[in-house]
Amino acid sequence: MSELAVAMPGLNLNNPIMPASGCFGFGREYSNYYDLSELGAVIMKAATGTARLGNPTPRVAETASGMLNAIGLQNPGVDKIIEHEVQFLAAYNTPIIANIAGSTIEEYEMVAAAFNKTDHVHALELNISCPNVKEGGIQFGTNPVMAAKVTERVKRVSKLPVYVKLSPNVTDIVAMAKAVESAGADGLSMINTLTGMQIHLPSKRPLIANKTGGLSGPAIKPIAIRMIYEVKQRVDLPIIGMGGICNAEDVLEFLLAGASAVAVGTANFGNPLVCREIIADLPDVLNRFGFASVQEAIGKAVFV
Amino acid sequence: MIKKEKLTIIATEQIAKDTIEMKLKNIHVSETVVPGQFLHILMEGHTLGRPISIADIDKENHIVTILFKVIGAGTKRLAEYSVGQQIDALGPSGNGFPLWQDEKVTVLLIGGGIGVPPMYCLGKQLAKQNVNVIAILGFQTAEYVIYEEKFNQIAETYIVTDDGSYGNKGFVTDLLDQVEEFDCYYTCGPLPMIQAITGKLKGKDGYISLEERMGCGVGACLACMIPANNESGYKKICSDGPVFRAEEVTI
Repeated sequence: MSELAVAMPGLNLNNPIMPASGCFGFGREYSNYYDLSELGAVIMKAATGTARLGNPTPRVAETASGMLNAIGLQNPGVDKIIEHEVQFLAAYNTPIIANIAGSTIEEYEMVAAAFNKTDHVHALELNISCPNVKEGGIQFGTNPVMAAKVTERVKRVSKLPVYVKLSPNVTDIVAMAKAVESAGADGLSMINTLTGMQIHLPSKRPLIANKTGGLSGPAIKPIAIRMIYEVKQRVDLPIIGMGGICNAEDVLEFLLAGASAVAVGTANFGNPLVCREIIADLPDVLNRFGFASVQEAIGKAVFV
Repeated sequence: MIKKEKLTIIATEQIAKDTIEMKLKNIHVSETVVPGQFLHILMEGHTLGRPISIADIDKENHIVTILFKVIGAGTKRLAEYSVGQQIDALGPSGNGFPLWQDEKVTVLLIGGGIGVPPMYCLGKQLAKQNVNVIAILGFQTAEYVIYEEKFNQIAETYIVTDDGSYGNKGFVTDLLDQVEEFDCYYTCGPLPMIQAITGKLKGKDGYISLEERMGCGVGACLACMIPANNESGYKKICSDGPVFRAEEVTI
């Protein structure tokens, strides 16, 4: 195994770097910048049962060290995603993770089952934490009973490993992680965005049309690290870590806290080449801090 | 094609109230940009790029000009950059205006406020191609008027201000009936202005340039959407636009 390789349920990754769901579309635009086969994996934009048009604009606003977004799960629906986007990504030599979302448990089941029809998707990321839609998403992600229920039902219909994407908008992240672990989750993906708001002084109105949006970027990184650390102490599931990663040092910090792999989101906007640059920098950063491989660094933060 | 580039500032000057003109040197951008395209400029310490349209192109000297209004923290920061510094940007981004090559054609350019610069870039190119150009430019007040002399060299130019402190008093739409017959119009400016123009010029061949806060600037994040009359029901301003046929999108 090479120094960057990581094995997780359903995923044999050449390196631990993947673009985060919603920040990379379905890869088409970024394929103009570099070969997507260089990525550890690609996490696709969320799929719902039918097409969604998303929220009114403006949908984004900059904040200190980050941004708010309220896209609203805009996507062409799972069937079109399988037909066009999975097909496109399948041409690259990189695993595909499908992020699935819904308004009801039945919609989650339907979307999960649809991905059984293709052999090109390697894992599901169960999105129970989108803060930007009126129904579904976060209502499943902030209540452990609901989170367990949707996880269990999706596990029952899907042939793929399921990584549950946790919301940080909870008091007890460990309770959420334990609930989905007991419901059969194969892994965790954390964290999604934190719900926030920003008000424009001249107009006295929220800066995004949805009023609230999900906060992402370096501003949320310490929260992600803390939550991954807490969960890793108490739950025995592999974690895909995310939240404000901008460089290879950030990646090592997530590995030390307990993540086995990471996703890079907001940083793609400022630099479309950021994933590739992080992959290139990672071996040196690992070596500089005394690790021979990614595998060796996972969970190695010292807490005593 | 869009590339991640560093552009060197070779001049920066305030040319009207809150309005900065900046000249940037870069080979890739200057050689490939066409009127209507923009730069997605990322300032250090900021998360999101600022889409700013190209006001002038000097291919020979590898220089592009941008104009921007200082409005928020990002444009304030950009205004503080000085000659010799480099800025990071993605570009040239988006699609340009369709251009006429026929000298018997008359086009009308309608620019409002900071929507005027891309109209100049387009008008200069059209004039070079011997197209007859008429321009109506609208500003809030006299102190915001930009590029009047430059427009006078390429177009029959009319200036209006909201308060009448310079040129005619009123809105750009007040002059639409007063200019000579035209074959096609192009417009860029505040959304209410574009809405009024497309309403008044319904059925005319026209192109509008839109703006919106953007995330990625390359078409992946779906932040800058505009409802459209196509199968998917929307278009992306950053990558399908920013230039659209007037009837192509719902504004």
